Amino acid sequence: MLKRDKVFDISLEDYKVDAKDHAYVEKLSQIESTDAKQLLDVGVDTAEHDRIGTFIQKDKSVIHCKTRQDGIEIMGISQAQEKHGWLSDYMWKSISPDTDKFTLQAKEKPTEGYFIHALAGVKTKYPVQSCLYIAQDGFSQNVHNIVIAEKDSELHIITGCATAPHLATGLHVGISEFYVKEGAKLVFTMIHDWGKKVNVRPRTVTQVEEGGVIISNYISLRPVGSLQMFPTTHLNGKRAVARFNSVLVASQGSFLDVGSRIVLNAPETRAEIISRGIASGGSIIARGDLVGKVAGIKAHLECKGLILNDGFMQAIPELTAHVPGVEMSHEAAVGKIDQQEIEYLMARGLDKEEAISTIVRGFLNVDIEGLPVGLKKKLDKAISETQRDMM
Amino acid sequence: MLQIEELKVEVGGKTILNNVNMEIPKGETEILFGPNGSGKTSLMMAIMGFSGYNVTHGKIIFKGEDITDMPINERALLGIGVSFQRPPTIKGLKTREIVEICDVNRSADIEELAKKLNFTDFLERDVNHNFSGGEIKRSELLQLMAQQPDLVLLDEPESGVDLESIALVGEAINSLLYRGVKCPQERPHKEKIAGRTKSALVITHTGHILNYITADKGQVLYNGILCCAKNARDILKWIREYGYEECVRCSNEIKSLI
Repeated sequence: MLKRDKVFDISLEDYKVDAKDHAYVEKLSQIESTDAKQLLDVGVDTAEHDRIGTFIQKDKSVIHCKTRQDGIEIMGISQAQEKHGWLSDYMWKSISPDTDKFTLQAKEKPTEGYFIHALAGVKTKYPVQSCLYIAQDGFSQNVHNIVIAEKDSELHIITGCATAPHLATGLHVGISEFYVKEGAKLVFTMIHDWGKKVNVRPRTVTQVEEGGVIISNYISLRPVGSLQMFPTTHLNGKRAVARFNSVLVASQGSFLDVGSRIVLNAPETRAEIISRGIASGGSIIARGDLVGKVAGIKAHLECKGLILNDGFMQAIPELTAHVPGVEMSHEAAVGKIDQQEIEYLMARGLDKEEAISTIVRGFLNVDIEGLPVGLKKKLDKAISETQRDMM
Repeated sequence: MLQIEELKVEVGGKTILNNVNMEIPKGETEILFGPNGSGKTSLMMAIMGFSGYNVTHGKIIFKGEDITDMPINERALLGIGVSFQRPPTIKGLKTREIVEICDVNRSADIEELAKKLNFTDFLERDVNHNFSGGEIKRSELLQLMAQQPDLVLLDEPESGVDLESIALVGEAINSLLYRGVKCPQERPHKEKIAGRTKSALVITHTGHILNYITADKGQVLYNGILCCAKNARDILKWIREYGYEECVRCSNEIKSLI
């Protein structure tokens, strides 16, 4: 188990920044079956039911990319840079390359990433799906993603990250810059299923204009070597809203340091961070930081953790207010499964194990907006399976 | 249906129930009176097998089987159902889901049952989360209606229920126990009574619930001792007149004999 003080350092030299190319796949059905299974587990529907577009990157190669709705652009970031000269107004504008060694690595040794763009007024009926996949051992995948939801658009994205089943080591560095323009709405759901030895360092910043809404859901139930991320969102325009949900399970050997910061820069902005974490042999540091810069803002942070059997759990909620007239609150709890709840369910006929599993499922059940029914079912199943592994 | 023999129960090392003997025959409803702290709820918890209620002496027999050491869920599956007075909240678990859990045979029409209890709007809410007293009762009864136990243990079914819902709660209990009075009946009344198979133990402090449900017998539990057994309405009349004062004398007398 890793305690907070033990710094989890990664030597970039241990990873290769090049990988072999993978051929483009015209049809999703042609993706190798072992890969396809991994993709399915992180929410990619290879039949593309109820999806309006797809982006899949394997190692450094974009192997599939398409859009089925006018006004929604999906492409690799290098292609987007060629096509849109103005993309330089967005790239590295929210995140500085010298933030840390990972951002620097992504700047110096980029290996693609996606560009997803909703034109003004365009509303997606179904989500765009994307997947970043590592298949080559020891590869450092350094992606740069840009998402722009133009004025009054509505964009749903489900993005999964996964590795090949037998990958020994890998590093994923993901620079993501999201722009939610006036009156636009971005629902971004990220499901991670990295390997036990994979280290993951996403670096994400979102800018939201007046009346814009960002809803971000992050789900990581499967083992991961180490994951450290602290996405920051700036609510820059009046009435902008940010909601961040995360559901985390840290099993044996996993170290998760996950949180979000939301900076409320404009009047009447709202922010909410909700996280649920279960440490079952692994470690979780659940952070949350709300920063109120002007009067008339409202922000709430809720962070709940459970330790099953063995593990380490640290909740670090922070509230910072720079002016009077803000409403900010937080609620953090680390608890255990209540014997009374277990016996209540047993009195309804469940055995002890079923009762515990039902309570844990409930604990992790955050109402996640923008989740297609099929994916919701899959997640419930994943939670049940994870839960069985924990027992 | 249920037989309790010389039951002694300790909670936290303290004797709560002392030499309790009780029998509830098939099809009968029994009322258990007693002031607060007399051990009524402990008796129910011991019958169901909850942790912390240690049976130090005696036996609990249900349907001819000694269940004294049986896990809670096996007692439930054997046909005992409980309506708790203060059930815990289970966050993230919808009321609909717990009703489905109760419905082991997958035969209940949950929508219809919820409608009967005027509880449809609560199916999608977390179990017991911010429920009022009356809402908790309706939730508990809905679960029992799906479970269809042969022996129902009801802990203070009238407490915290407003006047409007108490009739509804009473009606739900009657239908759970096949004791509803509805005219015209599909079968002669005599036959219907003979066909009753559901038993119940109803715990009450005030006896108010007797205005809404019928019972076969009553008993008084005072200070962990069963000190009175006769017609439920007779007991109620006595208690209404004199409170539980008189029970002190009886229970002391019995205690001296144990």
